[in-house]
Amino acid sequence: MAPTPGRGMPVDGGTNVQEQFSEIGHVAVGLHSGLVWIMGLICLFVLALLAWVIIRYNRRANPTPSRTTHNTLIEVVWTVVPVLILVGIALPSLNLLAKQYESPPADAVTIKATGYQWYWGYSYPDNGGFEVVSNMLDKQGAAASGQPYLLAVDNRMVVPANTPLRLQTTAADVIHSFAVPSLWFKLDAVPGRLNEKLLIIKEPGVYYGQCSELCGVRHGFMPITIEALPREQWEAWVLEQGGTVGEPAAPIEPSGEATAEAVA
Amino acid sequence: MATTAQGFDAHHDDHAHADHHGADHKPGFFARWFMSTNHKDIGTLYLIFAIFAGIIGGGISGIMRAELAEPGIQILGTWVQLLGGDGASMDANYHMWNVFITAHGLIMVFFMVMPAIIGGFGNWFVPLMIGAPDMAFPRMNNISYWLTVAGFCSLLFSLFVPGGTGNGAGVGWTVYAPLSTSGSTGPAVDFAIFSLHLAGAGSILGATNFITTIFNMRAPGMTLHKMPLFVWSVLVTAFLLLLALPVLAAAITMLLTDRNFGTTFYDPSGGGDPVLYQHLFWFFGHPEVYIMILPGFGIISQIVATFSRKPVFGYLGMAYAMVAIGFVGFIVWAHHMFTVGLDVNTKMYFTAATMVIAVPTGVKIFSWIATMWGGSIEFKSPMVWALGFIFLFTMGGVTGVYLANGGVDDYVHDTYFVVAHFHYVLSMGAVTALFAGFYYWFPKMSGKMHSELLAHLHFWVFFIGVNLVFFPQHFLGLDGMPRRIPDYPAAFEMWNSVSTTGYYITMVSVAIWLLNVAYAYLAGRKAPGNYWGEGATTLEWTLSSPPPFHQYETLPVIDDSHDYHDHRPEKA
Repeated sequence: MAPTPGRGMPVDGGTNVQEQFSEIGHVAVGLHSGLVWIMGLICLFVLALLAWVIIRYNRRANPTPSRTTHNTLIEVVWTVVPVLILVGIALPSLNLLAKQYESPPADAVTIKATGYQWYWGYSYPDNGGFEVVSNMLDKQGAAASGQPYLLAVDNRMVVPANTPLRLQTTAADVIHSFAVPSLWFKLDAVPGRLNEKLLIIKEPGVYYGQCSELCGVRHGFMPITIEALPREQWEAWVLEQGGTVGEPAAPIEPSGEATAEAVA
Repeated sequence: MATTAQGFDAHHDDHAHADHHGADHKPGFFARWFMSTNHKDIGTLYLIFAIFAGIIGGGISGIMRAELAEPGIQILGTWVQLLGGDGASMDANYHMWNVFITAHGLIMVFFMVMPAIIGGFGNWFVPLMIGAPDMAFPRMNNISYWLTVAGFCSLLFSLFVPGGTGNGAGVGWTVYAPLSTSGSTGPAVDFAIFSLHLAGAGSILGATNFITTIFNMRAPGMTLHKMPLFVWSVLVTAFLLLLALPVLAAAITMLLTDRNFGTTFYDPSGGGDPVLYQHLFWFFGHPEVYIMILPGFGIISQIVATFSRKPVFGYLGMAYAMVAIGFVGFIVWAHHMFTVGLDVNTKMYFTAATMVIAVPTGVKIFSWIATMWGGSIEFKSPMVWALGFIFLFTMGGVTGVYLANGGVDDYVHDTYFVVAHFHYVLSMGAVTALFAGFYYWFPKMSGKMHSELLAHLHFWVFFIGVNLVFFPQHFLGLDGMPRRIPDYPAAFEMWNSVSTTGYYITMVSVAIWLLNVAYAYLAGRKAPGNYWGEGATTLEWTLSSPPPFHQYETLPVIDDSHDYHDHRPEKA
């Protein structure tokens, strides 16, 4: 699938967050916009106060300074009002966090992203366990495929759209970080740990990201490309890779005897 | 007595030699500057060292900004070759980049801001402001300084020894394991880590010295609640240093043993955990950012009160806001680790706790404005810098509240938005406070007046420059550009090129500043004892400029009629 310019990637001279294509991204971007307004208003408020004291209380305008050093009411106000603003921010913020930590449902598609120096490996344990190795395309390769250089890769992480994904990250050598801005997704890949997070991509498309934890010499050169396909096309792709589709094999239930043995 | 224009020193004119400067008994050059035990000399040494380190650290930012001016790799190869590597190898180029970001961060934090604001201004003005003849432990003061210099040498040395793909340590100032352990061969990382041991030991000794001095050597009558706010700020900072640095020392010692002696503190294959390192590092690292900014708060409070000719508004609130910031600063560290895979409750706690810091910080911002409210403000250069500080620090502060939200941080974590945020509070907050303090006190320290015209020009060029450098980096972060990359997708070109332009403007401002220093020494008027007038009410203004080599041979007495905003022993 060819990327759509300006979607799932940074835009030229952009000044805001990338357009969002994941469920969590749609929630988060609302909080982001609210915060930008609050930040802007606070800065303007402080700037206005500074401008006022500069104009009104300079030596020419006010040759005799007052000796006021206390005013309990104003001190209470400038403590309580920021607290109220912060509570107003914290409520939607904690709500967003709770949503981000929703567990993937049992039928979610599991994809395990492993960070290596300096490329990504994507394995599909629910689909036969095959692994896709994903290296950055060089300048010519990116140009030939009509993709942005430093974001394009040879083998993409292909996933079904509109399907809950159980995205796991880990690393083989040093810490890497799996990040895709247009999906509001960032999760470190730490050796010896398996991190996991729910991701639901709302639309088929190509979404680019870059490693976001300093991982050595070619840290800037191990991009991430996710290609979200309609479910049927994704299943066809899985079969093409030699994987399996359909119901994952039922986990083997431990027999009663074995359990008893283990307890003993 | 000729050396002081006013104040209590005028009373003890019974000394036969008091009418000439020879009364100072200054030691010879070597003994004075290499075996210093005088707090003012050590303060001067710290300031000179910090300026030197700052020029190196700032020069490295210039290399980085020049490289980032456009996509592609243009100039790193030249530097690889200069340091004896293979400039044609792309990997060597990329390693050089990582060495630069590491050196820039470590130099600016440990060898520029800290030595200048604590070692320099703290050493100079804490004893002067509390009416003490010197620091409590003058020899320990000296070794604190030379440990810092030794640490800097160790860091510079690391640039010239192998660190994996090329010379130098390319692990970032945070030195995350396992990149800094199994991920980097060669001795460079060991030398970089050891430089932190040395600088950290110097800072712990310095902190002990400040705490002892402030608790035990205040002039009679100067209670804790009458101390100038700058002294309060250094006291809180010293406690943060004392509690945070040993944790860093432990964390990086375990890095060294993991690297060299086969331990596996941070290696999962031996039962260790890389994330443990991050917890330890940020338990130090977060208080560290307050260590860098709190003395700046103190400086701004002195300046705002002086030039408004008005006592600080809400003195106790201001002092205890710093104590509160210092305390809360110890319990918010994991907001630097929002993406490592914390559990949901942990992330919620650190989100909420981090936002709490905005409350005492807001108290400080509003109290500064309230101090000016009703005042009679004179726009001398330190005041203009202080006004710049208040605005720039507010901007850095609000993006801090933004980043505190763990759910939002998933997007901006490790992007240029974070780079913009911490440069607004540090390279604009802390550095603006440093320049404000510099213009406030430089004539006091040197005895020479700087040019107010150049100081104002310095401010405006600096203000425009740094905003051009860092404001567009918010946009880059929101557009998704990660930190610590030497090359970037073409979409990021425009704001990067603006940012680089801003760097050159900032450098012009630094040149204006150095020119101003040269002017002061070559042609500056002689500074009187109190050159800022009636608003300057702390004890250092009762002394000559520069103060006598040994001050307060008779201790000033702060009687009950004086409060925190007027420390002069007797009204003029």
